[in-house]
Amino acid sequence: MGILIIRIINALLDASILFLIAGGLSLIYGVMRIVNLAHGNLYALGAYVSAWTIGKVLAGGSAGLVDLLLLPAGALVAGAVGAVMEPTLLRPLYKRAEEYQLLVTFGLLLVLEDVLRLIWGPYPLSASPLFEYFGTMHILGVAYPAYNLLVIAVGFAAAALIWAFVYKTKFGVILRATSQDMRMASALGVNVKRVYVQAFTIGCMMAGLGGAIIVPGQTAVLGMGVEALVLSFVVVVIGGLGSLEGALIGAIITGFVRMIGITFFPEIELAMLYMIAAAVLLVRPAGLFGRA
Amino acid sequence: MPGAIEAGPVKRALAIAVPIAAVLILIPYVVPPYQAYLLSSGLTYAIAGLGFNLLLGYTGLLSFGHAAYFGMGAYAVAFLVKYLHTGSMELFLLGGVIAAALVSALIGFVCVRYTRIFFSILAMALAQVLWSLALKFYWVTGGTDGLRVPTPTLLGGLVSNPEDKLDFLSGPYYYLVLLFFFAAVAVMWVIVNSPFGKALQAIRDNETRAAFVAVRVRRSRWIAFVVSGAFTGLAGALWVPANGLITPDFMYWTFSGKIVFFAVLGGFRTFAGPIIGAVVFNYLEYFAVATTDYWQLVLGAILVFLVMALPTGLVGTLGRLALKLRSAD
Amino acid sequence: MSLLETRKLRKYFGFLHAVDDVDFSVRPGEVLALIGSNGAGKTTLVNLISGLLRADGGQVLFQGTDVTHLSVVDRIRGGIARSFQLVNLFDQMTTFDNIALSIFSREGKTQKLMSLAGADRAVRREALEVLSQFGLETKRNVLAGVLSQGERKLLDVGVAYALRPKLLFLDEPTSGVSTREKAPIMDIISAVVRSEKITAVIIEHDMDVVFGYSDRIVAMHQGAILAQGTPQEIRRNEQVSMTLIGAPSFD
Repeated sequence: MGILIIRIINALLDASILFLIAGGLSLIYGVMRIVNLAHGNLYALGAYVSAWTIGKVLAGGSAGLVDLLLLPAGALVAGAVGAVMEPTLLRPLYKRAEEYQLLVTFGLLLVLEDVLRLIWGPYPLSASPLFEYFGTMHILGVAYPAYNLLVIAVGFAAAALIWAFVYKTKFGVILRATSQDMRMASALGVNVKRVYVQAFTIGCMMAGLGGAIIVPGQTAVLGMGVEALVLSFVVVVIGGLGSLEGALIGAIITGFVRMIGITFFPEIELAMLYMIAAAVLLVRPAGLFGRA
Repeated sequence: MPGAIEAGPVKRALAIAVPIAAVLILIPYVVPPYQAYLLSSGLTYAIAGLGFNLLLGYTGLLSFGHAAYFGMGAYAVAFLVKYLHTGSMELFLLGGVIAAALVSALIGFVCVRYTRIFFSILAMALAQVLWSLALKFYWVTGGTDGLRVPTPTLLGGLVSNPEDKLDFLSGPYYYLVLLFFFAAVAVMWVIVNSPFGKALQAIRDNETRAAFVAVRVRRSRWIAFVVSGAFTGLAGALWVPANGLITPDFMYWTFSGKIVFFAVLGGFRTFAGPIIGAVVFNYLEYFAVATTDYWQLVLGAILVFLVMALPTGLVGTLGRLALKLRSAD
Repeated sequence: MSLLETRKLRKYFGFLHAVDDVDFSVRPGEVLALIGSNGAGKTTLVNLISGLLRADGGQVLFQGTDVTHLSVVDRIRGGIARSFQLVNLFDQMTTFDNIALSIFSREGKTQKLMSLAGADRAVRREALEVLSQFGLETKRNVLAGVLSQGERKLLDVGVAYALRPKLLFLDEPTSGVSTREKAPIMDIISAVVRSEKITAVIIEHDMDVVFGYSDRIVAMHQGAILAQGTPQEIRRNEQVSMTLIGAPSFD
């Protein structure tokens, strides 16, 4: 029974991170109709930056609660990269055929992969002192790292915050208006360029945050970006691209399916996930909550 | 004259193709063996590029997962060696093309129900699934060690077991690659200029209107996908005996990225673009890998540059320059 | 018997009754004008009949057969064709290829991979004929994307016409075109339609075009048919002129 609870919690852990990444992807798409193929690498960047920051600050010592405040470094750097990327590399392409956006973001994916390797080398980077600080809890007799529960809490808090932001603030109204009808919003005086760069930055920060909070429990490794992109794609297929609720539900479903796959069919876990995504696509092409 | 066959395009194509073909045929007599082998490697990539570009340039579908078909073609050859103990190049090519066509039929069936962005990512993601299978089922595929492919026999054993592999690769094997390169160019040229090719271009330009002229959009895209996969599989099958080994990295997204890259480098809106791009890329890779560890960075940066500054690629840009020069006279 | 008939055809967008229980019919051989103010439901009706939109209720019968649930491609194959209000062409293909494609498609040749399109003499001959009927033969090697607006409107109609449909819908064939170009364009279209005895439905806002080129007029308002009749009858219809131009008379 304890093991079952642990498995469920792990699935929720997976879901929290997936929500942050896929939610960022969906938010950007919802507002700007862009899919940033380098999005997964911003998650990786967040992980690397946070791991490095913690490593530098702790310098081999042990962590304290206050070191949690270092984690957002990853999110901020990812957001900054996004804030630079959108106006310089994406804005000139809005008028051109969609392929060009994909090609440019793919080029950025390649560049970021190697930049991570250039800066931090081929070896994994970890932030385990912070993870260890939280110790273990006992759930129905089974030991479980407490840090993971913190991650889940952050994930759901982020979901609530973003929901509030999008639906309850003035900026959120502008965001939604722009996403529904860009021309109309512009005609009503909305500075669409600014909304775009802001939305893009927020989306990138979400991905970076995902990387930042997971890194104490896992190591930052090369290739984690593409893996994240491929998984977040399953999430948006199931949940619908462009919808935050969809990203949340999709992330939860994906987290659980992955957990089942890893437990019972480890060899074909990824294949199984994709078969389910393909099945969803065949039945409901726009996903559960998606827009066409 | 109404009704006359338009001889123009065919004549023009031949006028360019024949001299180039002649040069290619003479290459092994004028350059060192390694250079001939290197060129044939580029021509193999060019076949993959032609296949890829049927989808991108002519149907408007950008696939980030073509490594799956290249890899499948190569693995099919390796399986033929491993399980049927054959060394016949003819069987290799047949097996490679069929295997790649089957896989692309399956993956394509799912992907073509989608438009642009979804299509691209789905193609990449499904290719990643195939890669993960290649990696995990190591007892079949050799896992990260891969599978060896020995030098094949040609023409049912008439040409076989050479002492010097380089001699073989710059001699008989070079001409085999060349033969299939010419065949691939000719077949693809006919396809893109066929009524089917016109339907694909219409789908690319305006899929709604295409439906309104009764073109079966999804089915045409699927057929294009299968043809594309078959060509790419042929390239994989031609490539692996020369390389001697196939590993899962040739199914990984980075390899798909290379295929995308050389199509964009050459110019994906022209027929010859991917061919030139593939050959140039092959040389670029050969020299760059020797010079830098951060080859992906270079590739990515060039890709970004191409998209921002030279979207029509090398062939497209040269073509426009030529037009400007001609009109300046 | 009507060539096309809709029975209680319905399309709602939320609470908006875009097409509200419409019974519409088209007689073989006639040129019908479909008029109404913006938002009256004309284009939605055509979208429903041609298959671009799925109806929420009611039926579409073409030549007596229920086509309500058929796909666009199947309806086109059955003999319906249309042009578009916002020109919808294959911009990176030549004018010639735009027309030729319709012909290849009609002949079922679009799955032929291994023969050259240019080698098909019959298709080529017919495409050139259609181009000259529409006055576009000199532009045949020009990319559709760079033609003038008037030429694009004509090509749009030409592409639909080359399917040799039994029923042709023309959605505002002269919209976006300068006033002095309208008559020449309508003359060409009208000549082609009449000489080939194609049944046509023209959505139009320009009342000169409507009165000058149609046999019968159907006026829509707020998703329903307001009135129908000959041009003379509609001209005198106060209700129609009120909703369309806000005046009690067209004169």
